[in-house]
Amino acid sequence: MKYTEDDLKKELETKEYEYGFYTDIESDTFPVGLNEDVVRAISKKKEEPEWMTEWRLESFRYWLTMEEPEWGNVHYEKPDFQAISYYSAPNSKPKYDSLDEVDPELLDTFKRLGISMDEQKKLAGVAMDVVIDSVSVATTFKKNLEEKGIIFMSISEAIQKHPDLVKKYLGTVVPQRDNFYAALNSAVFSDGSFCYIPKGVRCPMELSTYFRINQAGTGQFERTLLIADEDSYVSYLEGCTAPSRDENQLHAAVVELIAMDGAEIKYSTVQNWYPGDKNGKGGVYNFVTKRGICEKNAKISWTQVETGSAVTWKYPSCILKGDNSIGEFYSIAVTNDYQQADTGTKMIHIGKNTRSTIISKGISAGKSQNSYRGLVRILPNADNARNFSQCDSLLMGNACGAHTFPYIESKNKTAQIEHEATTSKIGEDQIFYCNQRGINTEKAIALIVNGFGKEVLNKLPMEFAIEAQKLLEISLEGSVG
Amino acid sequence: MSFKDKLLSSYIALEDYLEFDSPLHDVRSNAIKIFEEKGFPTKKEEDWKYTSLNSLLKPDYSVFSNKEKHVELQDVRKYFLHEIDTYKLVFVDGVYSSFLSETTHDTLDVCLMSAAMNKSKYKPVIEAYFNKVAKSDSLTALNTAFTKEGAYIHIPAHKEVEKPIEIINFSTGNEAAMFLQPRNLIVVGENAHVQIIERHQSLSSNAVLTNSVTEIFAEKRAYVDYYKIQNDVETASLIDNTYISQERDTVCRVHTFSFGGNLVRNNLNYYQNGEHCDSTLKGITILKGKQHVDHNTLVHHKSPNCESHQDYKGLYGESSIGVFNGKILVDKDAQKIDAYQQNDNILIDDKATINAKPQLEIFADDVKCSHGCTIGQFDEDALFYLRSRGIGIKEARALLMYAFANTVLESVKIPELKVRINKLIANKIGVSLGFEH
Repeated sequence: MKYTEDDLKKELETKEYEYGFYTDIESDTFPVGLNEDVVRAISKKKEEPEWMTEWRLESFRYWLTMEEPEWGNVHYEKPDFQAISYYSAPNSKPKYDSLDEVDPELLDTFKRLGISMDEQKKLAGVAMDVVIDSVSVATTFKKNLEEKGIIFMSISEAIQKHPDLVKKYLGTVVPQRDNFYAALNSAVFSDGSFCYIPKGVRCPMELSTYFRINQAGTGQFERTLLIADEDSYVSYLEGCTAPSRDENQLHAAVVELIAMDGAEIKYSTVQNWYPGDKNGKGGVYNFVTKRGICEKNAKISWTQVETGSAVTWKYPSCILKGDNSIGEFYSIAVTNDYQQADTGTKMIHIGKNTRSTIISKGISAGKSQNSYRGLVRILPNADNARNFSQCDSLLMGNACGAHTFPYIESKNKTAQIEHEATTSKIGEDQIFYCNQRGINTEKAIALIVNGFGKEVLNKLPMEFAIEAQKLLEISLEGSVG
Repeated sequence: MSFKDKLLSSYIALEDYLEFDSPLHDVRSNAIKIFEEKGFPTKKEEDWKYTSLNSLLKPDYSVFSNKEKHVELQDVRKYFLHEIDTYKLVFVDGVYSSFLSETTHDTLDVCLMSAAMNKSKYKPVIEAYFNKVAKSDSLTALNTAFTKEGAYIHIPAHKEVEKPIEIINFSTGNEAAMFLQPRNLIVVGENAHVQIIERHQSLSSNAVLTNSVTEIFAEKRAYVDYYKIQNDVETASLIDNTYISQERDTVCRVHTFSFGGNLVRNNLNYYQNGEHCDSTLKGITILKGKQHVDHNTLVHHKSPNCESHQDYKGLYGESSIGVFNGKILVDKDAQKIDAYQQNDNILIDDKATINAKPQLEIFADDVKCSHGCTIGQFDEDALFYLRSRGIGIKEARALLMYAFANTVLESVKIPELKVRINKLIANKIGVSLGFEH
């Protein structure tokens, strides 16, 4: 049978979200609504010190004065911030020392997510922090890391155990009043991951966090703080899923990366929040602020595979403050049905000889809208700064849209900036070429899409690359072999 | 009294002179309402993110010229393309100068907006085209409300205009600060061909702010070749709004040469309404001092099987600022589009700035759209190559600048104009090299 793009389109339209199950875990959920008392209650629940409570309240007060941004190329019904519960935690037992103590249903959830921790422990050597409904439930491999002096724990634990580190760095890259959602997150974040790599240490394994929104009517606000001290190296992975629900769930996370002199951070995300059903009902609003700062000779590399969420609004950025620092951004964003994504990056060149690379691949199918929005800014002192940006979009079907909004600002004559963008569809001649060589159309489309995203997929750590390919497969079912 | 208030009260004064029953009256009063509501654009608006009008709005501009000043031909001859014969539409301080102009009504109409608006003979054309493609942003609306004078060019079907048409706006500086709002309407009939050269020139160092609107309508298979020469004195600023409506099988080309002026903002908008349209937008910008030039382009592909080509080159010296904001918009039904945009910039000095925002907004899947944007400096190796052959640093740089800009220059189709622009470039770079071919 001949497999055409129309068939692919049909398949795309009918495919369902595979991670849409709901785990029946008893959880401790706050009533809906947001005011200073709720912020205080969250802080109290987490047994936080006074300074943290104050910090949250301060953020909350900023937030009250701010307005929801509207400049994005996305259209959605604004969330009602008083109709969200700001805290939901799996009830059974808050902390586990070993996997045996974990609620079996929860373990089952992990299995269904395809992240059997036992297996990973043995094979992948991935240390993992799992955040369900905003609370960190498991951090594996802690002992191995402790020997190296690496701190990897939930941020609430870090506030208790390493208050000086948290106090020193929290909010330094993404200030409380940075933007509407960052302020909200600063006020109500319930958990997240904290990681500190000491001087000169090369983290021996990939660190990983898995996020899941489970409970209905909750928002997830996690906060990640990652500090790589001088000459250290860490590779960090992050994955997300949520059950299928009719309502729109809000996810507003903040990620802060600090790469000190000579440090290198590789941050990879596979984002697969529930995108809503094929009529655009439900799905997660993913409004995330991610930013890293590079000191001298440091390097931050963002890699993201975005396949989920009804609305994505996210710009992982690098502030290249130190001389010779490097920022990288590799992204594949796939939108289908009624999904909308407005994503990209910001590269702020401050130091001399700073370099940045942006590779962004957008694939839009169904009735989705996919936008790249990026900023490259060269400040007057950034001598010999270098940037290369490439944004390619692939359109499948004529009901979707692909948009590019790059901002390029240079104030230094020695800077060299290149930007290129293309928009195309899968060429009939490309498919014909494959057909001619005995490759059927389905395989050919798979081949072409894979090739289109290869530059980015190659940047993912091995374990994740497999998962990412699996996700692409699901998102564009039938097109990837 | 702010400049906005002054304009609003001037409008009331202007209204007394206008006919109430004229169909244009409604257009005007709607337009002034839009301006009253929106005011002058500010940096908060996305389209004006990199360009502020604040400093331009400070002087106490005269909205209507009170005194007339005579201009001698010998003083301004150098601003004309005098090597060849052309039709000329010359305006001095916004008032038509019959002495300097050369108009015609013989088969084609090259005449005045004021005449066209008042004579019943032109009424159908004015009703069919006036303000039909112009956007209703506040600056265009302001111009629409004050429409008084400008060029009216109507080329009938199948007419190939035998010589270029020059539209020149002089300001004499007889007022301390002058605000000018020329309004041009150009209708090119089926299968007609025309070449037009437009220029704004201030003859003194008094402040001038021009807010110009040009509407161009290209009917089936028409060919429009338009050149904008912006080499004004440093006290003159220009906001140029050009709207081009293309029917099927038309070719419309606009070349913009921005070398002078204080602040120049070019809003160039193309709307492709029929199939097989070809749009070309090219520009060379060479700046010095504190000059600021902002190119804001839009190509709206509304029909299938069309093409667009954009090529803008910029050289920014001293503490000048360059802005390029180019947008390609492809509608859902506009399949098989080939849209291309290239923007290359060189920063010559430390304090120069370039802000570029090339955008693509695409709703159709079977298209080929791409844009490229580069910011860099001279190739040291190329410079060394030239110098090792005994060419001085200044000349070597000039040669490289010239080569850099040449992709735009080579598509100028009027040879005399090309020579003229070559001279302007050499002058701007400060060398006496002849770049003649």
